Amino acid sequence: MYTISNRLKIASFILMAVGALGMAIGFIGAPSTEAEALEMVASHDDGHGEGHGAAADHAGATDHGAVGHGEEHAGGGHQMSHGEHVLHQLQNRPWAALYVAAFFFFMIALGVLAFYAIQRAAQAGWSPLLFRVMEGITSYLVPGGIIMFVILVMSVLHWNHLFVWMDPEVVEHDALIQGKSGYLNGWFFLLRAAIFLGGWIVYREYSRKLSLRQDEASDNANFKLNFRISAAFLVFYLISESMMSWDWIMSVDPHWFSTLFGWYIFASMFVSGITVIAMVTIYLKSKGHLEHVNDSHIHDLAKFMFGISIFWTYLWFSQFMLIWYSNIPEEVTYYVTRIADYKLPFFGMIAMNFLFPILLLMNSDYKRINWFVIMAGIVILAGHYLDIFNAIMPATVGDQWFIGIPEIGGILFFAGLFIFWIFRALATQPLEPKRNPFIEESKHFHY
Amino acid sequence: MSANKVIHAYYTDDDVLMLAVKKVKAAKHHIEEVYCPFPVHGLDKAMGLAPTRIAITAFLYGCVGLTVAIVMMNYIMIEDWPQDIGGKPSFSYLENMPAFVPIMFELTVFFAAHLMVITFYLRSRLWPFKEAENPDVRTTDDHFVMEIEVHGNEQELQDLLADTGAVEINISEKNSH
Repeated sequence: MYTISNRLKIASFILMAVGALGMAIGFIGAPSTEAEALEMVASHDDGHGEGHGAAADHAGATDHGAVGHGEEHAGGGHQMSHGEHVLHQLQNRPWAALYVAAFFFFMIALGVLAFYAIQRAAQAGWSPLLFRVMEGITSYLVPGGIIMFVILVMSVLHWNHLFVWMDPEVVEHDALIQGKSGYLNGWFFLLRAAIFLGGWIVYREYSRKLSLRQDEASDNANFKLNFRISAAFLVFYLISESMMSWDWIMSVDPHWFSTLFGWYIFASMFVSGITVIAMVTIYLKSKGHLEHVNDSHIHDLAKFMFGISIFWTYLWFSQFMLIWYSNIPEEVTYYVTRIADYKLPFFGMIAMNFLFPILLLMNSDYKRINWFVIMAGIVILAGHYLDIFNAIMPATVGDQWFIGIPEIGGILFFAGLFIFWIFRALATQPLEPKRNPFIEESKHFHY
Repeated sequence: MSANKVIHAYYTDDDVLMLAVKKVKAAKHHIEEVYCPFPVHGLDKAMGLAPTRIAITAFLYGCVGLTVAIVMMNYIMIEDWPQDIGGKPSFSYLENMPAFVPIMFELTVFFAAHLMVITFYLRSRLWPFKEAENPDVRTTDDHFVMEIEVHGNEQELQDLLADTGAVEINISEKNSH
């Protein structure tokens, strides 16, 4: 039996405390008047010249101003003053930082859930030794899902303005959003979120129950039932995950749409989830647990990290190239804002999510070196945080972005909560499934 | 071309073969070759063969393919005959680069795959109309043959191999390469 060590517990509490403090500073520091906002922008530009100042310089003031306004408040002659606009962006910033971090850690658990369901549905022989680890990580779906839902409810209640289509004043002047209001309206939005979260959590809890029951059973009925519900769940998952990505991420840019967006977000989730499985497994092994997990299991996980990183790049590029080539105004603004205002995170993300994994993890031997997998994993996770950051921030804070105290605070808080919650769940049950029919195969798995 | 005496031990099961290979290696004999009707997992490790270097050549061939794609598209689309396609005039390689990425990808894969196969053929000394090297046609059907060179220890080898479950043991002359 694994027990959560005091050091890990204390570390996760410190992360949560520091993170909460950082987010609080973000919320308190947000401006409440236009004058304050303009003053902050002026001092901000002096302070952090290198970071996003450099990106803003490339774009030129007229360019990004026009794009930013046009994207969010097009049509109907509804024009805001520059001050009001900056005020809204700066007020959004702590919310957006919270939202990106909350979603990022939630999506790790969701990616692991998909991986777990695939292993179950495929009746994979190599992975049963890792099932408890995966179940431990997916336990975060409950707190993470509740937090996501609460943030979405707060958005619908207009406590924040992350989703511009929720603002009736904007919709009134926007024919495009009016046309989508049958789908993009507060109640339906929350109902969908509730159905998605409910489905994922119910499957997770039920499959976990069957998995534990199988350990005590005298036949394989639980295992077979788990196989069947996992196959059925994958159908639900593909549809719900895709719609979730439109709702929670794509709809922050309500004029823009991409048909492969669901797959693209799925690839991000999947690779982040697999990376975390590998990291948690290596951590537990380093503490002397999971004695039957060998280098071949880590090798397989690293192969998935490598392969899904390339899959992510394939989808990212497919989306980018079609939009870049056709150059249709309502589509291409998505990338124009990102390349103009987010040069560093936008291109940095491609280096971290594609070049690093492909070069670090290509060699077969490196996939078996545990510390190497951890280092590559850290780069991949940071890269996919940036991926979500790039998806949410341009529509919510525009060119007023910075990875500062609110953003890092959000990451630390949710990292602490995530670590505490998953290791607490891992400590509740033995780490090795006893009666899984494939457990012997998994123990003798070798490449 | 010197004529060598070799001993051929026949097996009908890959698990028996694996155990036999391990026993022969443990008795410190050099196994010249094993002929199989299908690839046997882990046989190379048991025989003590050096790991393959084909992955390294594949990486290098991929790099060649990528370079060819970059140079080729630069010559065709930028230098030789710039065109205006979809409002994107081809005067700058970098600005048109996204359109060339699929070609870079395809040629990387094309070069890596084809040159890797050709390398494999050359390294295995295979070419069209090549006479088969396997000592017995049954190795293409259901028999495994282990080949060991004889250095005046004929009887010792025969006893050892008979002990490992060989169904047939022959001694023959062989022209080495």
